[in-house]
Amino acid sequence: MPVKSFREALNEAMRDEMRRDPTVIMLGEDIAGGMGAGGEQDAWGGVLGATKGLMPEFGRERVLDTPITESAFIGAAAGAALTGLRPVAQMMFVDFFGVCGDQIMNQMAKFRYMFGGKAKTPCVVRTLYGAGIGAASQHSQCLYPMITHIPGLKVVIPSSPYEAKGLMTQAIRDDDPVIFFEHNTMFDDKEEVPDEPYTIPFGVARTVREGKDVTIVAFGMMVGHAKTAADQMAKDGIECTVLDPRTTSPLDEDAIIASVKKTGRLIVVDEASPRCGMASDISAIVAEHAFEALKAPIKRVMPPHSPVPFASNLEKAYIPSVDGIKAAISAVMGQS
Amino acid sequence: MKIDKPELLEGYRIMRTIRDFEERVHKEFMTGQIPGFVHLYAGEEASASAICQQLGDQDTVSSTHRGHGHAIAKGCDVKGMMKEIFGRGEGLCGGKGGSMHIADLDVGMLGANGIVGAGSPIACGAALSAKTLKTGGLSVTFIGDGAFNQGTTSESMNLARVYDLPVLFVLEDNGYAESTSSSWSIGGHNPVRRAEGFGIEGTRVDGHDYFAVYRAAEEAIKAIRSGTGPRFIHIEFTRYYGHFEGDASSYKPLDEVKDERRYLDALKFFRARTTGGKMLKTEDLDAIDKEVEALIDASVVEARAAPVPDLSTLTTDVYLSY
Ligand SMILES: Cc1ncc(C[n+]2csc(CCOP(=O)(O)OP(=O)(O)O)c2C)c(N)n1
Ligand SMILES: [Mg+2]
Repeated sequence: MPVKSFREALNEAMRDEMRRDPTVIMLGEDIAGGMGAGGEQDAWGGVLGATKGLMPEFGRERVLDTPITESAFIGAAAGAALTGLRPVAQMMFVDFFGVCGDQIMNQMAKFRYMFGGKAKTPCVVRTLYGAGIGAASQHSQCLYPMITHIPGLKVVIPSSPYEAKGLMTQAIRDDDPVIFFEHNTMFDDKEEVPDEPYTIPFGVARTVREGKDVTIVAFGMMVGHAKTAADQMAKDGIECTVLDPRTTSPLDEDAIIASVKKTGRLIVVDEASPRCGMASDISAIVAEHAFEALKAPIKRVMPPHSPVPFASNLEKAYIPSVDGIKAAISAVMGQS
Repeated sequence: MKIDKPELLEGYRIMRTIRDFEERVHKEFMTGQIPGFVHLYAGEEASASAICQQLGDQDTVSSTHRGHGHAIAKGCDVKGMMKEIFGRGEGLCGGKGGSMHIADLDVGMLGANGIVGAGSPIACGAALSAKTLKTGGLSVTFIGDGAFNQGTTSESMNLARVYDLPVLFVLEDNGYAESTSSSWSIGGHNPVRRAEGFGIEGTRVDGHDYFAVYRAAEEAIKAIRSGTGPRFIHIEFTRYYGHFEGDASSYKPLDEVKDERRYLDALKFFRARTTGGKMLKTEDLDAIDKEVEALIDASVVEARAAPVPDLSTLTTDVYLSY
């Protein structure tokens, strides 16, 4: 099977869906690049290059560079989705949710419900998230818990290139609004990805690794960290299950509960800010539904309750680490 | 009124400091020592310099992601800035902000900004403070051509008008927002008329001409200080480097960039005009060049040697108290 990067996997999914369905369009800042300029066209292909090549194939009628007006073009994606198109809008960094929040949380999320089930809003908002690129407080956040909080939105956090392609294909075909999170540091990650289109259903967790002692639930970028930590702990005879829920909304609660019932121990690894995050949410679900199975207190591995710092040493200390996860594993095994 | 000699020398010193600072950051970035996104202001010096040198301590500036020039012109410590960009604990923001968030409230610099279009509302707020507290201050907001299309910018222009706030809106039109041409993105192609639509008087100037920027700002600032509310200036110029360090600017046509440093250089224009017209002596300007060079050198040497932030600062200053 061919090996592809996260960037290539995303690009392929979007390209194939645009070929398959003429109502799929793309909107975003510099998703092609060179708009109105006299030099190279398709000069950027998005800030990390994931949409490169789409404009030359599908034209500027379907791949629309936008002025810097997130409220307007993300709102336009919502309106277009309501009226026959399947837009994929790119909100460059999820931090810019602050600029266009209304169109996402009060408009596209709620059309269907408020209109008594009469509306469909098949749009995707792609967005970058996560620390690790030295981009500081306004370009590094993981706002998926905040967005998961809003009923009506589906929230997807792919953890690898294979996952990215299948989940993006599903996102574009899905008839609900989907917010699609792409980690700033994962675009060059590589793995085997089939050439053919395929979908990965929402709300079905992936078992990355199976083990009898501890259940580790992790999201996006943290799935890799959790697996590394689990592999290393296996050398000491501790066997961990690593679950990647793939989507925070819908959330595969059953898979998490079933796994904790087997292992009796839960660690949740979440790069998002700690308060009201996914780690807290999942801990509450497990406490409610698998309390008797727990052999140790639940552990949450998260960054501190602070904005993301700029300086490299501070940023490194901020991000949940493999060592931090290993320490949590030792702790729930009663070894610390 | 004629711009007097000390004022001219000061203007040149600021422009030279910005140019050298940016050229140096460009070099240092390539060595891999500077993390994150860095957006350079080289080519745009006349705007920050000629405007900010006419401001006082009571006046404030809200800036953009391309903020080094505004920070230097408003009086931020150059060494503190360099340390911040290197992510050092002694940096102007303790190493927590970096290039995109340089701020120093003591000199009225309300921050570079990572969010395009975020500066204008903040400037309105600062102007509201000045007006309410009767400080006599005004605020300047620098707006990129991309930022000019954000709702926040339009909303701020309207707010400043209906409250008659002392705000100078400065559109810094360098022709591009990332790779997107402002000749396309600014619908109607007439920013001054857009401002006039909000009842704000505006003017357009060549941003490579220090004198033109100075005059336009002088007139606008005088009007604002007289209490007649906001003004607008549209400044056109070019940025020499890519959008951020690492961008090759391939979307710019070759004939546009080929000779830009030769023909579109505010510092060269300034030298030719002031020394040709016998306003200033070449030696005076050469002396400034030397001093600035030494300052920038020292700032890099000190920044490299400075310690990284203490890990304990990771969670300080989230709140005053909690
Ligand atoms: C709200 C928001 N949208 C998009 C971006 C990404 N971005 C950073 S700079 C930039 C271009 C800004 O162009 P302009 O306002 O003309 O300023 P210039 O870079 O030319 O100085 C964009 C799109 C951002 N930082 N914030
Ligand atoms: Mg610009």
